[in-house]
Amino acid sequence: MNTVELVIIGGGSAGMAAACGAYEAGVRDILILERDKELGGILLQCIHNGFGLHYYKEELSGPEYAERWEKKIEEYGIAYRLDTMVLDITADKVITYTNTVEGYTKVRAKAIVLAMGCRERTRGAIHIPGFRPAGVWTAGTAQRYLNMEGYLVGRRIFILGSGDIGLIMARRMTLEGAEVLGVAEIMPYSNGLPRNIQQCLRDFEIPLYLSHTVTNVFGKDRVSGIEISQVNQKFEPIAGTEKRFDCDTLLLSVGLIPETQLGQNAGVLLSPKTKGALVNDINETETEGIFSCGNVLHVHDVVDFVSEEGLHTGKNAAAYLQNKLMRAEEANVSAGAGIGYVLPQRVRKTLAEAVTFSFRVTDVKKNAELLVKVDGKVVKSVKKRQMIPAEMERITLKAEELNDLQSELVLEIRED
Amino acid sequence: MEKKFICIVCPMGCELTAETDKQGNLTAVAGNRCKRGESYAEQECKTPMRMLTSTVRIEKALYQRLPVITSASIPKDMIFQVMSEIDRVKIEAPVELRQIIIKNVCGLSADIIASRSMAEVHQ
Amino acid sequence: MIDITIIGAGVMGAAVAYYLSRYNCQVVVLEKENDVAEGTSIANSGIVHSGHDPKPGTLKAKFNVEGNRMYPDLCAHLHVLFKQTGAFVVAVNEEEKQILQVLKEQALDRQIPCQEMDGEAARQIEPNLSDDVIWALSLPTTGVVDPWEITLGMMEEAVLNGCELRLNEKVVAITERPDFYEVTSENNGQISKLQTRYLINCTGVYGDDVYRLLEPELDFFITPRKGQYFVLDNTIAPLVGRPIYPVPSTVGKGILAIPSIHENVLLGPDSEEIKDKENVDTDRARLAFIRQALTKTVKNIPFDKIIRSFAGLRPTPSTGDFIIREEEKHPRFIQVSGIESPGLTAAPAIGKYIADEIIAAATKYGLKTNYQNRRKPLRLAGLSIDEKNKYVQADARFGRIICRCESVSEGEIIDCIHRPVGARTVKAVKKRARPGAGRCQGGFCEPRVVEILARELGISPMEVMFDSQRSPIFVGETKQAKGE
Repeated sequence: MNTVELVIIGGGSAGMAAACGAYEAGVRDILILERDKELGGILLQCIHNGFGLHYYKEELSGPEYAERWEKKIEEYGIAYRLDTMVLDITADKVITYTNTVEGYTKVRAKAIVLAMGCRERTRGAIHIPGFRPAGVWTAGTAQRYLNMEGYLVGRRIFILGSGDIGLIMARRMTLEGAEVLGVAEIMPYSNGLPRNIQQCLRDFEIPLYLSHTVTNVFGKDRVSGIEISQVNQKFEPIAGTEKRFDCDTLLLSVGLIPETQLGQNAGVLLSPKTKGALVNDINETETEGIFSCGNVLHVHDVVDFVSEEGLHTGKNAAAYLQNKLMRAEEANVSAGAGIGYVLPQRVRKTLAEAVTFSFRVTDVKKNAELLVKVDGKVVKSVKKRQMIPAEMERITLKAEELNDLQSELVLEIRED
Repeated sequence: MEKKFICIVCPMGCELTAETDKQGNLTAVAGNRCKRGESYAEQECKTPMRMLTSTVRIEKALYQRLPVITSASIPKDMIFQVMSEIDRVKIEAPVELRQIIIKNVCGLSADIIASRSMAEVHQ
Repeated sequence: MIDITIIGAGVMGAAVAYYLSRYNCQVVVLEKENDVAEGTSIANSGIVHSGHDPKPGTLKAKFNVEGNRMYPDLCAHLHVLFKQTGAFVVAVNEEEKQILQVLKEQALDRQIPCQEMDGEAARQIEPNLSDDVIWALSLPTTGVVDPWEITLGMMEEAVLNGCELRLNEKVVAITERPDFYEVTSENNGQISKLQTRYLINCTGVYGDDVYRLLEPELDFFITPRKGQYFVLDNTIAPLVGRPIYPVPSTVGKGILAIPSIHENVLLGPDSEEIKDKENVDTDRARLAFIRQALTKTVKNIPFDKIIRSFAGLRPTPSTGDFIIREEEKHPRFIQVSGIESPGLTAAPAIGKYIADEIIAAATKYGLKTNYQNRRKPLRLAGLSIDEKNKYVQADARFGRIICRCESVSEGEIIDCIHRPVGARTVKAVKKRARPGAGRCQGGFCEPRVVEILARELGISPMEVMFDSQRSPIFVGETKQAKGE
C-alpha cells in the first residue's frame, strides 16, 4: 500500500484551497481525489458571476474562479486523480478509492482533509406528497443539465425554496426560454442573498410566495402541475389557501446537507446543527489528523470564505504533518441566544493567533448586537444593522482577546 | 419619485431607497453601506445595467456547452436581444479563458467572452 | 398460434412465465407499461411472509406457506438477494397477547417454526422495539427480498428460455374463438392481434377489468387498496434487523418496520380503499398517521433519515381470497386475480401450480432439454478489492463509480442494460442496479445514467425516458436559435 503525506478528498473550491494551503506551508506529497472529470467541483456549473469579490476583489463567474485555483494546482505540481471515487476512509487513515486506470486502490495517508462538499436536500427528505413523475429535480441537477450539457428540463417551471441555487436557476431558465411561474418559500423571509432576489426574480417579474410550500404534485408520467399552500407559524399548510399551477417541472432548492458519509466511516463525530464535523480552530475533527473544510464542514453561501477556510485548513494540516502544531487544551465554543450555529466548536487555549468564527443567526435580526463572551464575560460586541440566516456571518478575535479563555466561549445576539 | 430596490453590487444586499427628479436623475439615496451603492443607485435609476451569463454551443470539448459572460454590464432591457445573438453561436474547442466569442455584441460596447478555457477533446 | 399468453409482467406474470418456460411451449407476455414490475409489484414491502397470518383453508394460506418454502432455493437459483431475517409479531397489551396465541396455533398447524418470548427478551434481540411491547411471536422463516429483483430474475430466465416479453402492449379486447382466444392490444395507437390457446390474467388491480373484456358477468371485483411508505436511509446501525409486525387487524397486517434487503428500512404501509386504479399519490395526513402508528411498536425511529415516500396499490378481491382458477365458462382462460398480500411470497407457488398442475397436466407439454440458467447479475458490492479488480481488468468501467450513495459502477449499469429484459429507462436502471435509490435520490448520478443509457441504446439523450414512454427527462436542447 502506498503512503501519501496528505490526501484531500474532493477537488472543488475547498479541496483545491486546502491543497494550496498545505503546499505553501511546505508539504509536497499531496494527492487530491476528485470524482468528476475536472477539478473545480460545483463551481463549474455555477456559470453566473459574483464569485471572488472578497478574495480577489473582482467579480468572476464560477468557472473562472475555479480555473484560477486549478492553475495554481498545476503551477505547484500538486498531484490529483480525476474520475475517482473515494469509497471508504478508516480511522487509521486508509483510503479506498477507485477509477478506471488504477481500479480499486488503497492508500495510507498521514493526514486527510475532507472536502467533499454538500448534496442537495431532495423531495423525499422534505416529504412533498403527491405523484412521483418525471419533472421533479433538485435545482443543482437541473443546473448541470442546463449549463454543462445544454439540456432544458422543462418549459413551465415552478421552484420550491428561495435558496441561491433556486433563484439563480429561476433566472437561467428564464433566459434560456422557459417560463418560471413562481418561487415558493416556506419561511417568512427569503433564504437567498437579497441581491439574487433583485436580479433573478424582480428583474424578470417572477413572483415570490413567502410562507408557502408545495403540497401536491400532479401527473403520473411527467409533472402536469403542482399545488402550493400557505403555511402557519408551525409550517403546516393552511387549508383553503391552495393554489394550483400548471407546469411541467418542479425544481427544489430546499437546502444543502454536508456530504459526510465518508467521514462517518472514519468515526468523525458530527454536529447535529451543522450536520458537518465537530472541529477545533484548525478544523481538525475529533479524529486526529483528519481535517474538514468547505461545504462538507458547514454549508457556505460565499465561495471566497470556502477558499479561506481551505487555505487555513491546509496550512494547519501541514503544521500537523511537520509536527509544528501547537497542541493545547481546548475550550468549548457554543451558540447562545439567537445564534443557530457557530464554528469551530472547540478552540485551543493559549493561542498565539487570531481565530475567525463563522456563525448563522436563528432568524432575521435587525439592529442587534453580537456579543462574544469568554467564560461569561463580554470581551467583544459588534452592532449589526441586519443579520439573516441566509448569510453566514464571521467574526475574528485577536489572540489577546482569547487570552483569558478557560472553559467556554459563547456567541450570542442581544436585541433591543 | 421614490424607488426601492436591492443593491446587487456585492453579497451584502443593501436595500436602497432612491429619490429621483422628473428627468429620472438621482437626487438622494439611502440604505447603502458603501460608495458603490450610490453609483449603482444612480445607474439603476437611469439605465439599469446587468451582467449576463449564458452558454454557447461548443464542439470537440468535454461538454457540449461553453459558459460565457459579458465583458461589461449591458442594459437590462437588451438582455433578451443579446441572448438571441448568443444562441446563434457555435464554436470549436480549444477555447481560452476570456477569449472573445462575440465582439461588441448588439453594438453595446461589450463583448461576449468565454468564462473558462476548454481544451480540445479527441473523440 | 401462440400456446400461452400472459397478460401482466408483475411478479405474478413473471412467476407464471418462469415456471412455464421449463416446458416446450411458446409463451408471450403482454405488459402495458414500459418495464416489468410497474404496478403492484413496484411498491411492495418485500417481505417473504412465513404464512402464519392468512385464514385457515384459504388459497392465501396454502400458497403463502408453499411460497415461503420455495424462496431460499429459488433466489439462490436466480442469483436474487434473499435474507431470512425472521420476524416478530409484537403485542402491547393483554388483548393483543391473546391474538398472538391464535397466530401461534395457526403457525404450528402449518408447521411454521415459531417461538414466543416476553417483551424484555424480544428487546434483547431488537433493541428498538417499543418499551410497550410485552410479548412477541418470533417467526424465523420470514425473509426479505427485493420485489423488483425477483420479478426481473424470473422474467429474465423465462425470456432466456424463449418466452417473449412485449412491453407497452395494453390489452384492449379479448375474443373467444372455438379453440383459441384472439387478443387485441394497443401500443401507442398501433393495434396488434395475437391468437393464443391459453390466456392467463395476471393484471393486478385491473384483474376484473381485463376479465370483463371477455365475460360481462363477473363474480368478483377488485378494489385498489392504497398503501403508503417511508424509506429510511441505510445507516451504520439499522433501526431493526427483521420485519416488526403489530398484531393484525381487520384491514391487514398493520403498519410495519421492515429492513429491506438493501439495508434501508421501510415504514408502512397503511391501508386505504380507493377508486382510481392509477392513483398512487402520497398525502400528508396518511404519512403522518404512519409515523404515529409506528411509535406503538418501534422506538428511536430516525425520521430525519427519511429519503423517500411512495405509495402502491394492492388488488383487493371482493371474495377475500386469491382467485386462481381456470374459468369454467371460458376454458383455457386462467384467472390469477386478487393477488394482494401475501402475493409476493405466494407468487412462485402459484406460478408453479399453474404451470405444472393446470397447463402441463392438461397439455402434456414436455420439459425442455436445453434449459438455460440466468447469468448472475454483475454486482460488485460486498466483493473484496481483489475480486473487484478482476472485473476492472476485464472492463475498466467497473472501476468508475456512477452512484456514490449505493456504490454502483458504470460496468454494472451497462450489464443491466444489455441483459435480457434490459433496462431502457432511468427508473429501470434504478430497479436493477440501484443508482438513484440512495440518499441523494439521483441528484448526482441521474445525468450520468442518462448519458450511459443514450450511449448504450444508441439513442439521443432527448429520447431517454424517466419511466413510462410519456416521461421524457428533457423537453429540448438549449441554443436552438430561432429559424434554425
